[in-house]
Amino acid sequence: MTKPWDATSEQLLRELAPQVLGSVARRFHDFAAAEDAVQEAMVAAFTQWPQEGVPDNPRGWLIQVACRRMTDHVRSEIARREREMAVAAEAETFSPTLEIEPDMDPDDTLILLFMCCHSALTPSSAIALTLRAVGGLTTAEIANAFLVPEATMAQRISRAKQTIKASGVPFRLPSRHERVERLPAVLHVLYLIFSEGYVSSIGSHLQRLDLAREAIRLTRSTKTLLPDNPEVAGLLALMLLTDARRAARTGPDEELIPLDKQDRTLWDHAEISEGVELLTAALSKASVGLYQLQAAIAAVHDEAERVENTDWPQILALYELLKRVAPSPMVTLNHAIAAAMVYGPGEGLELLRALDGDPRIAGHYRLSAVRAHLLEKMGDHEAAIKHYRIAAARTTSMPERNYLTAQAARLADD
Amino acid sequence: MKYMVMMNTMKASEGVPVWPKEDLQAHIAFMMGLNKELHERGELVSAEGLSFPNQAKLVRAGKDGRPITDGVFPESKEFLAGFWIIDVDSPERAYAIAARISAAPGAGGTPLNMPIELRPIMSGPPPEMV
Repeated sequence: MTKPWDATSEQLLRELAPQVLGSVARRFHDFAAAEDAVQEAMVAAFTQWPQEGVPDNPRGWLIQVACRRMTDHVRSEIARREREMAVAAEAETFSPTLEIEPDMDPDDTLILLFMCCHSALTPSSAIALTLRAVGGLTTAEIANAFLVPEATMAQRISRAKQTIKASGVPFRLPSRHERVERLPAVLHVLYLIFSEGYVSSIGSHLQRLDLAREAIRLTRSTKTLLPDNPEVAGLLALMLLTDARRAARTGPDEELIPLDKQDRTLWDHAEISEGVELLTAALSKASVGLYQLQAAIAAVHDEAERVENTDWPQILALYELLKRVAPSPMVTLNHAIAAAMVYGPGEGLELLRALDGDPRIAGHYRLSAVRAHLLEKMGDHEAAIKHYRIAAARTTSMPERNYLTAQAARLADD
Repeated sequence: MKYMVMMNTMKASEGVPVWPKEDLQAHIAFMMGLNKELHERGELVSAEGLSFPNQAKLVRAGKDGRPITDGVFPESKEFLAGFWIIDVDSPERAYAIAARISAAPGAGGTPLNMPIELRPIMSGPPPEMV
């Protein structure tokens, strides 16, 4: 009565996780305990299914195992702990009978997403809880991705659930109005998971969970749940259009290769097409938001087969829009790069001067790195070397420090 | 974001602090309590105490690549006594943890106000996005 475990099984299991959790949480009216129970059911499935095969009704299997764990949990609240250990040990070998689950609700995944990305949580807690409760990942996988001990990650998740409990969020879909209000927080968490995939990528040759891919998967399922929201589509497009350049982004020794030096034949053209298609559909709708604009900029880069074909005037126009929609010093910085590409490095350097007085970015390595790059284009190598070195000393990213140090050395060797 | 929190206390000469027993116990309990709290908050990556400076060696490779060790240090030299690796949400949180460690109780329960060195741990690069 089982199917063999194959490449699609893991994906299936992860997609079932939030549905199972929704069902169990609703039945027991206890999100925190239900989330632990589903995690245990997931771990049991990951242990048993590859050997014994995937059950015919995988969701029913997971729900039954999780409910059994919940029953244990409830009992352990009233009975002695020792006796419960014996029950739990028994449950390890428990083989559930099939039962079609009647109370499955397609909105459950969405409820969970809004719950886990609640503004009461710190970003790192929201990220961890979202990956586990919505993404169906195990604590060990998440801990490994963030390079922290499993016990630490377990604590982070358990604390996040306490915070949710204390904030009294009910387990139901937020109203239309609330959803509009809270969606930016959800999208921000998904965006952070994607960035984390790069930031914690030191030693990426090690067997580790691919957070960028997980972020894409979660955003894809969010897009299925909120198909008409242009910013959800915009975020998914942005991730795909950025991820498409991944293979070209680092060299054999994991050294950084900037956009203008990348081998564009290594870009993932399927991801680019999908991103462009999503973006085109999103832009045809009413409002243009932060993620759609960033995706549009990424698309202009991705559509240039050769670096000299990049449509810089269009990128510049998009940054001007972005400066109005979501002003930030980082946007001003990127706007200066685009202006330099259109009007020459002098124009870019002039725009950077405005940022020197902005405490949010004045000491940031990116400002020095961009200045160094533009000074080099002006032909002022001495000043460029100085600013490359300032930037290298300020970054907290190892590959970036290596890259910037090498840029300074390249100019100094000439 | 991850940080290394370094506690540079002991001068080589000082060795074990000569405090009354209950002050020592209070100090140890403080450190244990702090570690427990950092763990419960999901912020602790690791915490290690280091042996006393009399166990320290400076090692250099000689001409043939063999190790040449140097021991016994001047009494004025400060040593790393222990370190934490923490994973926190903001620099402010890291400063707060460092300040707590700095004010660990010493003799008579008086805060030691030790200098604590805080260094960001290098990470990978952010994605090429705005």
